[in-house]
Order: sequence, then structure tokens, then C-alpha cells
Amino acid sequence: MSLKRTLLTGSHFMNGDVACAEGAMAAGCRFFAGYPITPATEIAEHLSQRMPEFGGIYIQMEDEIASMAAIIGASYAGLKAMTATSGPGFSLMQENIGLAVMTEAPCVVVDIMRGGPSTGQPTMPGQQDVMQARWGSHGDYGIIALSPSSVQEMFDLTVEAFNLAETYRVPTLLMGDEIVGHMWEKVVIPPPEKIKTINRKKPNVDPDKYEPFMPDDDLVPPMACFGEGYHFHASGLTHDEHGFPRTSSSEAQTKLVQRLCGKISMNVDKIVKVEEVMLDDAEIGVVAYGIVARAALSAVRKAREKGIKAGLLRPITLWPFPEKQVAKMAKKAKAIVVPEMNCGQMVREVERAAKETPVTFLGKLGEDPHTPAEILETIRRSC
Amino acid sequence: MVEQILEHPYTKFLRKAMMPHIWCPGCGNGVVLNCFVHALDELQMDLDKIVVVSGIGCIGRTAGYINTDSFHTTHGRALAFASGVKLANPELEVVVVSGDGDLFAIGGNHFIHAARRNIGVKVICANNFTYGMTGGQAGPTTPLESITTTSPYGNIEHPFNLVHLAAASGAVYVARWTNLHVRRLTQSIKKLMQKEGFGFVEVVSACPEIYGRYNKMRSGLEIMEWFKRASVVESFSDPAKAEITPERIPVGEFVDVEKLSFEKLLYEKISQINERALGKVS
Repeated sequence: MSLKRTLLTGSHFMNGDVACAEGAMAAGCRFFAGYPITPATEIAEHLSQRMPEFGGIYIQMEDEIASMAAIIGASYAGLKAMTATSGPGFSLMQENIGLAVMTEAPCVVVDIMRGGPSTGQPTMPGQQDVMQARWGSHGDYGIIALSPSSVQEMFDLTVEAFNLAETYRVPTLLMGDEIVGHMWEKVVIPPPEKIKTINRKKPNVDPDKYEPFMPDDDLVPPMACFGEGYHFHASGLTHDEHGFPRTSSSEAQTKLVQRLCGKISMNVDKIVKVEEVMLDDAEIGVVAYGIVARAALSAVRKAREKGIKAGLLRPITLWPFPEKQVAKMAKKAKAIVVPEMNCGQMVREVERAAKETPVTFLGKLGEDPHTPAEILETIRRSC
Repeated sequence: MVEQILEHPYTKFLRKAMMPHIWCPGCGNGVVLNCFVHALDELQMDLDKIVVVSGIGCIGRTAGYINTDSFHTTHGRALAFASGVKLANPELEVVVVSGDGDLFAIGGNHFIHAARRNIGVKVICANNFTYGMTGGQAGPTTPLESITTTSPYGNIEHPFNLVHLAAASGAVYVARWTNLHVRRLTQSIKKLMQKEGFGFVEVVSACPEIYGRYNKMRSGLEIMEWFKRASVVESFSDPAKAEITPERIPVGEFVDVEKLSFEKLLYEKISQINERALGKVS
């Protein structure tokens, strides 16, 4: 067992789950609560070793419901906190993801997607939870979800997820899949001082003047933590700026829920990241994310070799959805192809943004993601 | 000269903006809150370092009423949330004040595991035998043959003996009192707050408006009379035999043992690992 009380730097060969765990350490995460589940377990295993080296907390809770609740507690106690799971656990976490949304607890939830529904195929990849990421907890809310397509991005986007969670006080979801989780690749980790990390903004008023849910102009309220003398209250009930329940006020409900949605939708241009490849003159646009985007990129290149003007739009941010970017691409494109490892989820968002441009969906389930040849064939038929 | 009393001595413990409270006339929750606050006052505890966490239900509103840092979780999840708080900052005194349904039905799994780990969270449970806030349904402590809105022909599910459950799960301190035993309850809460590890105080609590209404105890007084008639102090008797029946409510302290808390073991482990890690790096 190698014990190094330092963050990893330089080039490493590791799997995606471990890269995610190291990304969390680099982001300043000092609390992890989880429950074993394939194919996310390696994140917990790695953090059970690494957290104590940094004085951080690793705890295996009794289930995913408890894991999610515990990270909200740790977040309110002042630590950057994360949990990691897969489909069945992600379903159990939805209840308290809603609590994190409502109480604006910065935290990161990693879902290494496997085949569903139910227990499904634990060791097989999938992209079947992406709509659940957006709509899984009841009620209306805004949320952020990121989609890594490489082991490098499992590191980078975990750091990014913490930064977004801390900036917007929202649970931020890292939607990996079994392949990016288990695949081994080279990861280059910059020295700690070169990794940008963001911490939640703190109140700058006296405790007796502090209103825990009074937002600034960016719609995000500064966050006091337990034990700092603010004596504040937070609740999963609809509340006012003081944090006090307002369960019969339509005005309070409207104001709060619209702000919870608005702090994400208003900041969409700051949040959304996409990768655009050869889109300037693209007649066929491929929209693909996660592991599927890698086959899609290969297919786009092969199409170009054959004289088809194809391009790739890869949403790195799944939620909020990069609507503007898709709309811009759709204006110029004759057709859009959307390969996904599900029965058609993000394709609905693409169709909505693409308006008149025809969209072809290419779904796939089970062990293997799309091959470049399969996507190329659909590109060809869309010409 | 008439001395004017401008404020109740416990005002500083309560959030004025949240008053009046939502509890019904004759409800025992006020007694629970009063005894808790009394204990904090007698112990002269630093209110900056106390976090009160509640789940859902009538008593769950306690978190909103008490003027410390406080959090009102989803139903049943108070202990899981509180575990995160306590581990993230062991300097905080984390108290869960919640009800029988919240802690032992939907939250039962969290309770037994928090007790098993011996995490330093203190639990005060108001056991009123029913789901009061949703209108009086049967729950995990509803006595046999009680009438509730979901057991209109009489409850046939065996109730939990919470004292036995807490003791068997590993709690280092377990006590039970009723709303009637305010002094002893306050003493038990004081003891609870001073224990290292996971402690549990059950307060058998009056719900005349909902539970009593269906079970021939329509007023707070009638329920208190039941508590008075049935309570027997049986401190340190066998927790397995401390079942509550209409005829008998065993009360007292049942467990008071010493055991290293989870957070103490965890932080000791962390410092050992760090020493080793630093040794290897340097």
C-alpha cells in the first residue's frame, strides 16, 4: 500500500473510477459517503484509501439513501462532499438529491451508468439514466450534469463538477458509464496550483443579519455552515429567505422554485461546455456524448474521408442542455444523427432544439457501444 | 414595585419568528422541547456548537423552533444527515429530535446502523404511537388493537419496543420517560448530551387530538392519567421486557455503558495513517 499524502501529478495509467476519485481529491473533496455497487465501487475503494491520507472522511453508509443524506450533512458542516453509485443506487438517491436542490447543498453525485431498468446488467454500459439525471427527483428544479467520455475527463470533469456545485449551490451530477469507469487510459494531472478550484461564497454580514436563502444577483445565496455562529435553519419544506417554512404561501413557492430553476437557466452560458469538431461546414451533424462520442468522432472523420461533410457536437454538459449550440448547428445542417446507448433520451432534446432539421436516432443496448461503422452508415443514409 | 418579566427565561433558545408553534392543545411535543431546552440551559452548552436535526412529523418541527443551527430533512433521513454532519465536524453536538414513524419506520435502517456504529449523535424520540401530522395512521409503535385511521378494526401489527431495539443495536445510553416525568426526562437528556457515542431517549408522548381521539383518551389529561397509571420505573431492567402495553409502561434508564465513539476511532485512525503517510513521504 503506497501512502502519499500528496495529490497525484504527472502522467498516470489508471481506470476512470480511480481518475474520478483522484479528481475529487484534487478538487478539495474531503468527505465521501457511499454504498458498494458495480460499476462504481472502485471510486469508493480508492477513496477509502485516499481520504484518510488527507484527513478526509470515508464512510460506507447503510444504503444510497443514507449516502446522499450524509453528503448533504457534510456539505452543511463545511466540507466538499461526494457520493458515487450506479443506476439502482441513483434511483435511491433521487429523494435526497431533491433535498440537496431544495436546501442548495453543494455536492457531487457520480453515476457510473450500467444497463437498466432495475438491476439490469451491472457490468454492462448504458446511457439510460440521463433523463433521470434531469427529472429524477420530484418537483421542478434546475440541475447540472456532466458527461465524461474518457478517463482524463473522469478526472477533469470531477474537478469541474465540484466547482459548479460550489458556485451554484446545486448537486452536480457526473454521468459516466461502465466503460469510462472501468477503462484504463493515460491521465495527465497538472500540479495542484494549476488546478482551478472554487469554494462556495460565504456570508459577509453579522449572524443576526444573515438570511440563509437571500440570493445575490446571480440568484445564489452565500452559504454559512453549521458551527459558525449563524444559528440558521434549512428545510426541505418550501421556505422564505430566512429558511423558515412557508407551506401555504403561493408567493413563497413561486419565488423559491423559480429561483431554483432560474439560477441554472440564467447562468446557462457560463455552465455549458461542448466539444465541436468540424461543425463549421457540417451538413450532417452528429450529437453524441460520453463513450459513444468517441465512436461518433471516428465515424465523422471516416465520413469526411469519403467526402461527406459531417461534424460532431459533443455535449460535455448534458444539463442544462446545450440548446443554443444544437440550434446553431441545426440551422446549417441537412440532417442530425444522434447515437445513444438507450432507447432515445437526449435525442428528444436535440429534436426540440433542431426544430425543422430531421433527426435520426441510433439506439444501442447491451455490452458494446456503437461502432464507428454503424454511425457512419447512419450518416451516409442521412445524406 | 412590580417586577416586570419581559421574556420567558428560555426565549433565547427559541426562534420567535416561528411562533406560534403548530402543535395541538394537549400535545406532548412542547414538553419534549421544554425538557431539551432545560437540559441545554442547565449544562450551559455553547449554542453555536449545537446542530438540531429533525425528520418529518409534528415533532420534526422542533428543528425550526430551536434557535441553534438546524436542519429539517426528508422523511426518515435525519440520522443519515446527522451522521454526515457529525463526521465532517466532530466538534459539533448533533441532536436528532424526531418521531416514532420517522425514526423507526421509514428511518429504521438508519437508526440501527447509526447505533451499531456508535456515532456520536444524540436521539430524542417523541413516541406518540401514531402518524399525527398525516392524520393518525398506524405506525411501528402503535399498540396492538389500537384504533387508528388505517387500523379501523384494531391494529394487529406487533409494535417495536424501542428501548430493546436501541439497546440491541448498540446504543451506549438508552432511557425512556413519559411526558409526565419532566424532571427525570430532563436529567436523562443531560446525561445523553454528555455521553460519548450514540444515545437514545424515548419520550412516550401524548397525542390526544389524533391518537387519543380514536382510543378513548380524548384530552391531554386523560392520556397523562394513563401515563401515570401505567408507568413503572424499572431502571436497568431487561430491555427485552420493556414492552409498552395499555397496562404497563416501563420507564427509566436501561443502558448506560462506555464505548469509544465511531468518530473518535475514525479520527484516531486518520491520524495514524497520516503519520505513516508523512513518514513515507519525507
